[in-house]
Amino acid sequence: MSNAPVDKGRRRFLTVATSVVGAAGAVGVAVPFIASWNPSERAKNAGAPVEVNIGKAEPGQLIRVEWRGQPVWIVRRTPEMLESLSLVEDRLRDPNSEEPQQPEYAENQYRSRRKEYFVAVGICTHLGCSPQYLENEFAEQVEGVNAGFFCPCHGSRFDIAGRVFAGVPAPYNLVVPPHYYLDDENIRIGEDGEQA
Amino acid sequence: MGKLVDWIDERIPMSKTMKIHVTEYPAPKNFNVWYIFGSLAMLVLVNQILTGIWLTMNYVPTADGAFRSVEYIMRDVEFGWLLRYMHSTGASAFFVVVYLHMFRGMMYGSYQKPRELIWIFGMLIFLVLMAEAFMGYLLPWGQMSYWGAQVIISLFGAIPWIGDDLTLWIRGDYVISGATLNRFFALHVIALPLVLVILVFLHIVALHEVGSNNPEGISIKKKKNSVPDEEKPKFKFHHRFTSKYDIVDAIPFYPYYVVKDIFWVGIFLFFFSYVIFFNPAMGGFFLEPPNFEAANPLKTPEHIAPVWYFTPFYAILRAVPDKLMGVLLMFGAIVFLFLLPWLDRSKVRSIRYRSTFHKVNLTVFVISFIVLGYLGVKPVTEVYTFLARLFTFLYFAFFILLWFYSKNEKTKPVPERITK
Repeated sequence: MSNAPVDKGRRRFLTVATSVVGAAGAVGVAVPFIASWNPSERAKNAGAPVEVNIGKAEPGQLIRVEWRGQPVWIVRRTPEMLESLSLVEDRLRDPNSEEPQQPEYAENQYRSRRKEYFVAVGICTHLGCSPQYLENEFAEQVEGVNAGFFCPCHGSRFDIAGRVFAGVPAPYNLVVPPHYYLDDENIRIGEDGEQA
Repeated sequence: MGKLVDWIDERIPMSKTMKIHVTEYPAPKNFNVWYIFGSLAMLVLVNQILTGIWLTMNYVPTADGAFRSVEYIMRDVEFGWLLRYMHSTGASAFFVVVYLHMFRGMMYGSYQKPRELIWIFGMLIFLVLMAEAFMGYLLPWGQMSYWGAQVIISLFGAIPWIGDDLTLWIRGDYVISGATLNRFFALHVIALPLVLVILVFLHIVALHEVGSNNPEGISIKKKKNSVPDEEKPKFKFHHRFTSKYDIVDAIPFYPYYVVKDIFWVGIFLFFFSYVIFFNPAMGGFFLEPPNFEAANPLKTPEHIAPVWYFTPFYAILRAVPDKLMGVLLMFGAIVFLFLLPWLDRSKVRSIRYRSTFHKVNLTVFVISFIVLGYLGVKPVTEVYTFLARLFTFLYFAFFILLWFYSKNEKTKPVPERITK
């Protein structure tokens, strides 16, 4: 054992330096544990785009497909449905789609690339339930409008362009996923395409 | 036998620990029926751990296998149905006894100085218990499991900026999937039970350090040498307790409260068995009907309601029209409970000696909690939303009012001793 006097400054430096290195090591060790919770490569692959044939859709019909495990709706809207969009605008929270819930090409009254077809993720923006499509009975929820979406979980209401009504729990309009038309009968969901 | 005990005692403090915490532990002699729920919670915890371990022996934690394996346990595994019903009923029973245990603490001021940490550990147990119940509910992979989890995980999406990434990280996928199921399984059977057991241990260590409160809210520890010998209890208490204080009006935990607890365990098991054998779904409250259908990510059930023990908080969430505010208020409902020891500034503990206003306030709080619980299972209508808002207001008013009036509350004189 050495009898040299204790160098306090040196001791403190070593204590602090060791602690800092130790803490950095602890953070490093935490990284794999935390990162392993992110979606795996397989889950990311399963999120690839899907193609849908819409040629056989009747006016008013809703086609439900799966993309990234989520329900995606494609509604072929009737002229009457399109007219109803102007009727409800004063009762909507975000009638002009100012919140970033859609790609740029859907920032219009119809919230779609083509007026006739409405494409949206069928998940309520409140807490993730899947709303019901009310083709004819929506007037029970909102006076004077026959078609819309109603979420049975907490009573949120959306018009036929997925725009949320004021005074319901859902904060935002329904999400419009990236999509484009391959031709008149085929639509690709999950990518913006070249037309964007 | 004596030699074996000596041999052990020289190596680990077995007899000493037994004496300090059981046979020579002084407990106030006036515990009433409200004091059984701590022991009952321990019993249910053991039930959950035991039946849980046995369930994992046949359960398959994958999106393809989970629902089927639960059916398999119910139909083909010998007594599998019993093990599962003991576990599912145990979950609800856990919350019944814990809510009553918490109410007991509120009634007799058991959270007040010097028992703040006991309360904090208790609240942490409550929080972990809720996480445990929530994750366990996903495992059967039924419709309500799936969509209930969807709703709860989405709550984190309300957090500004990081919300969406956070929910993605929790799920491990763009939607709830097998990845989510698998990690919830790991947390439900290993991580959270471990934390729970440690917290229960700390809860009891903290309790035995300061000693139990009692329905009178009076301390049984008096200044050393202030009590004449003939007034001291005729029991031998460990010198760890008697060396610093004169202990009065106390009886040893064993045999007195052990016997009492065993009696009430019998009564409790009577109700517990009724549910298991005659009414395991408890009219849709313990096991919800949509959960008898396998999870379907493309179809939301008509009406999503959490299991009954979450409904008071769920009703608060729904009462607020703004998502972030709703989530904040819901968590706030629990945060306020955490703060109770500091919100209540009264020097008097037991409700028996507190003001009429306090009695009314606590009663309104309990009514609010129950009504919110009822509203949480009901669908959203205008009337129900109005009521949910009203009772949410009353729920929070309890804490706010308490802070104001408790400082200079008009209390009744508190007796010196529990009995004399």
